[in-house]
Amino acid sequence: MTFEIELISPAPAKLSVNDVSKRFVSGSLSVHALDHVSLEIGEGEFVCLVGPSGCGKSTLLNIIAGLERTDGGSVSTDGSGISAPGRDRMMMFQEAGLFPWLDVLGNVLFGLNLKPGLTKTERIQVARHYLRLVGLEKFERANVHELSGGMKQRVALARALAPNPRVLLMDEPFGALDALTREQLYGDLQRIWAERRKTIVFVTHNVREAVCLGDRVVLFSPNPGRIREEFTIDLPRPRDINSVDLARYATRITAALKNYTAGDGPEEASE
Amino acid sequence: MKRLVYTLGFFATLLIVWESLARAGVWSAVLLPSPGSVARYLGDSALDGTLAGASLVTLRRLLAGYVAGITVGLPLGLFTARFRFLRDTLGLVALGLQTLPSVCWVPLALLWFGQSEGAMFFVVLMGTVWSMIIATENGVRNVPPIYARAALTMGSRGLHTWLRVLLPASLPFVVSGMKQGWAFAWRSLMAAEIYVTVLGGFGLGHLLHYGRELNAMEQVIGVMAMIVAIGLLADKVLFSPWERFLHRRWGTAR
Repeated sequence: MTFEIELISPAPAKLSVNDVSKRFVSGSLSVHALDHVSLEIGEGEFVCLVGPSGCGKSTLLNIIAGLERTDGGSVSTDGSGISAPGRDRMMMFQEAGLFPWLDVLGNVLFGLNLKPGLTKTERIQVARHYLRLVGLEKFERANVHELSGGMKQRVALARALAPNPRVLLMDEPFGALDALTREQLYGDLQRIWAERRKTIVFVTHNVREAVCLGDRVVLFSPNPGRIREEFTIDLPRPRDINSVDLARYATRITAALKNYTAGDGPEEASE
Repeated sequence: MKRLVYTLGFFATLLIVWESLARAGVWSAVLLPSPGSVARYLGDSALDGTLAGASLVTLRRLLAGYVAGITVGLPLGLFTARFRFLRDTLGLVALGLQTLPSVCWVPLALLWFGQSEGAMFFVVLMGTVWSMIIATENGVRNVPPIYARAALTMGSRGLHTWLRVLLPASLPFVVSGMKQGWAFAWRSLMAAEIYVTVLGGFGLGHLLHYGRELNAMEQVIGVMAMIVAIGLLADKVLFSPWERFLHRRWGTAR
């Protein structure tokens, strides 16, 4: 019964970002993406990073994922430093990034196949479990190009969840979807987060989306990328993105965002 | 069904017109024999085994050189995509030599290997390997970076990433490179067989050449028909399954 054991969620991880700086230099152009950024994210917390483009929020996510290195400072999960990608932290991107040479089940199996200690049957059982969780169990034999944008992101979510990570990193995963599909996915993501107990770091520039999903919304400003303010979202779940209470939070945060980026508006495009 | 009838009808009409014009003596039978005499030649040579024998010799040469070309070209293409040094050296060589019809290698091949199977093998190899290197390298370099990033976060590293992500992701390029390599190799082998006598065996090109020498145009046309048939067969057997897979998975079919 390794299959059932495999499905038990591990304790979600605590993330610590300590004094992280990162600078990108290409030719004569230098972008100060992150400037001495520190952030604590608790076990099982859902944190949204919000800010205009170029504020370093995606860079921070990539650093947590281990896809990029810091120039200074450190990032750790439960006290152990991060230097490379690891199976305890799975990532979702704005493009689903599904592999077209595999069918839906094959895509969900990709990460699972790299996880030791499971038989082939168990891997398939686990993959099917997550496809059920995102509501796509009927599409396991479908080809990637046959899926809609929303379905692709659901498969990407199943693929990220399948190796049973402790942290889920999401880089504007719903940015390219239509509003209706997005709203469905907000519901699904909240349900899955409640069910699977993951620490989630979610990057977006959509303030409403951040308020709808996050326990906490962290506001970034660009040039150099810094954390400006944090908002704890004290609303019952599951949240509806169209609710009035949510809109009230969003208005406040948007005002703050405008305030912080007012001076350097033209430089926003420097990402 | 209707399409099949039309297609068959078209070719039947063509043959009938050709046959009746030939019978009416509109042109000399030496210039263009009638389909009937070509069919007779094909029937006779099929019965006495010359056609099958020659086809076998040619196919064996082609397959040996082609398989070797793919086997060598694919990894070299991957290495070329991976190492900048190879891209600046081997990549350039491949690009240059790919433009050279591989039949141009025949004089050197004869010098090095004599009138032997080795020479034919070499010509076919030269026709295949450069296309394969270029197509594979191009394929890998066109893989969207997100695939490698996604794979990396899922724990894929090094060789696993190459074999399970970059190689399958570049499959559309690789298959078209295989097709191009096949086309180059097939044409060059025919040219080589027509103008060089190889002691190791009597291929289709030789058969065609001797047809010309004997002024037996029904043999020339019969062998040409055989060459076309093998080309079509290769396309159906070797490449169609791959292309069907690519179209289905990537959704590129019309």
